[in-house]
Amino acid sequence: MINSLDPRIAREKINEDNTIAPLTEMDNWETYEVFHQKKRGEQHEHVGIVHAPNNEMALLFGKEQYGRRGISVNIWVVKTSNVFASDYDDADIFETVPDKQYREAGGYKVMEMINKYKKENKVK
Amino acid sequence: MYGNAYIDPNEKPLSILDGEDPIKLAEFEARIARGEKIEPKDWMPKEYRKQLIRMIEQHAHSEIIGALPEGTWITRAPGFKRKLALMAKVQDEVGHAQLLYSAAETLGKSREAMINDLITGKSKYSNVFNYPALTWADSCVIAWLIDAGAIINQVANAKGSYGPYGRALDRICTEESFHLKYGHHNVVTLATGTPFQRQMVQEALTRWWPPIMHFFGPSDKISNHTTILMKWKVKMATNDDMRQQFLNMYVPKIWDLGLVLPDANLKKNEETKLWEYTEPDWDEFKRVINGGGPCNAERLAVRRMAEEKGRWVRAALLNKSEKYVTPLA
Ligand SMILES: [Fe+2]
Ligand SMILES: [Fe+2]
Ligand SMILES: [Fe+2]
Repeated sequence: MINSLDPRIAREKINEDNTIAPLTEMDNWETYEVFHQKKRGEQHEHVGIVHAPNNEMALLFGKEQYGRRGISVNIWVVKTSNVFASDYDDADIFETVPDKQYREAGGYKVMEMINKYKKENKVK
Repeated sequence: MYGNAYIDPNEKPLSILDGEDPIKLAEFEARIARGEKIEPKDWMPKEYRKQLIRMIEQHAHSEIIGALPEGTWITRAPGFKRKLALMAKVQDEVGHAQLLYSAAETLGKSREAMINDLITGKSKYSNVFNYPALTWADSCVIAWLIDAGAIINQVANAKGSYGPYGRALDRICTEESFHLKYGHHNVVTLATGTPFQRQMVQEALTRWWPPIMHFFGPSDKISNHTTILMKWKVKMATNDDMRQQFLNMYVPKIWDLGLVLPDANLKKNEETKLWEYTEPDWDEFKRVINGGGPCNAERLAVRRMAEEKGRWVRAALLNKSEKYVTPLA
């Protein structure tokens, strides 16, 4: 019998060689991805994972785990199995080429034309 | 050994790069050398995955077991404010375990499997938690100095190459700063209090000094293995480097309070800028980490009891079909 210094443990009268059946898969439920919003008006941002048996508990655990210091005003939870993600091996799908300047603000320069026009037409 | 996992010295060193695809390995190493992070679905060497699982899992176990010695004093904390603060700290530590288990899970080991390995004694956790918190002052010394050691370790590891571990550690380190301040405030309160309080904190410090010196683990053998783990940014500093950093930051703060450390050889060598100390008793460390410490049996028995008692609650939450029935009388 464990004679613990912790009264909460001592009164449980636990045997040192207690054995239990191992936890089986899903004993700790499935995982949810947690997103929080730091303040109204900002985007929700991924903060981490919780294990939960359902949406409601995932919200509760999400709040307890990621929002217990008052840095969130709102939380979303999504089952990890519902998140469909791109593959890092396919990172080249995000690559672009220099000749796509037509879709960048920097691809539109006008000062040279304006200055030339002003000079030729003596616009002050 | 906190984040730097404890590796049994008798374990056969794996030939670490055996059977790895040389092209993928070169890309992987180049990514790390560029300071980029590795994410869960990236290709990684088998040894990288194995070491990280071991390290993060041991760290998670340390957080959850570490809540036990400190939790010992929740019911008898001196006053309401200290009780609230200690409860908040212990909740944080259990939360850290959850964050870390989740980070380890991204590498392919389930939380259930990790908990099973903890409660059967297969996995290790930080050796310091196999010692008891004999008095309230012990819990204060733990909160200050063990957490201080943990911060040094965690700040170093937060810069490691594995994304999920680094992100969990960033979050953890923010909370650890409260633990450190809380612990220091407690120790200062006792050290500047009545002669009895002072004696109490001195005795606790004397008891905890050997485990604190053990905290970062024995000197690393400079091996091929260590070199590769450092190149892969799994291991971010040697155990001795972290111990030196700890001594440099905290011994002066301990001496400021006029407290005495039980090592007559402890001093800073002003030429080498390194601390000199009596070599900790590593046989004692090995004896305790392999089950022979004063609290090993209790720590694991308590975890088994907690898992067992929670089992029906976890099952009930999963199956909401049962309706609550108002008691008849
Ligand atoms: Fe900790
Ligand atoms: Fe912690
Ligand atoms: Fe802590």
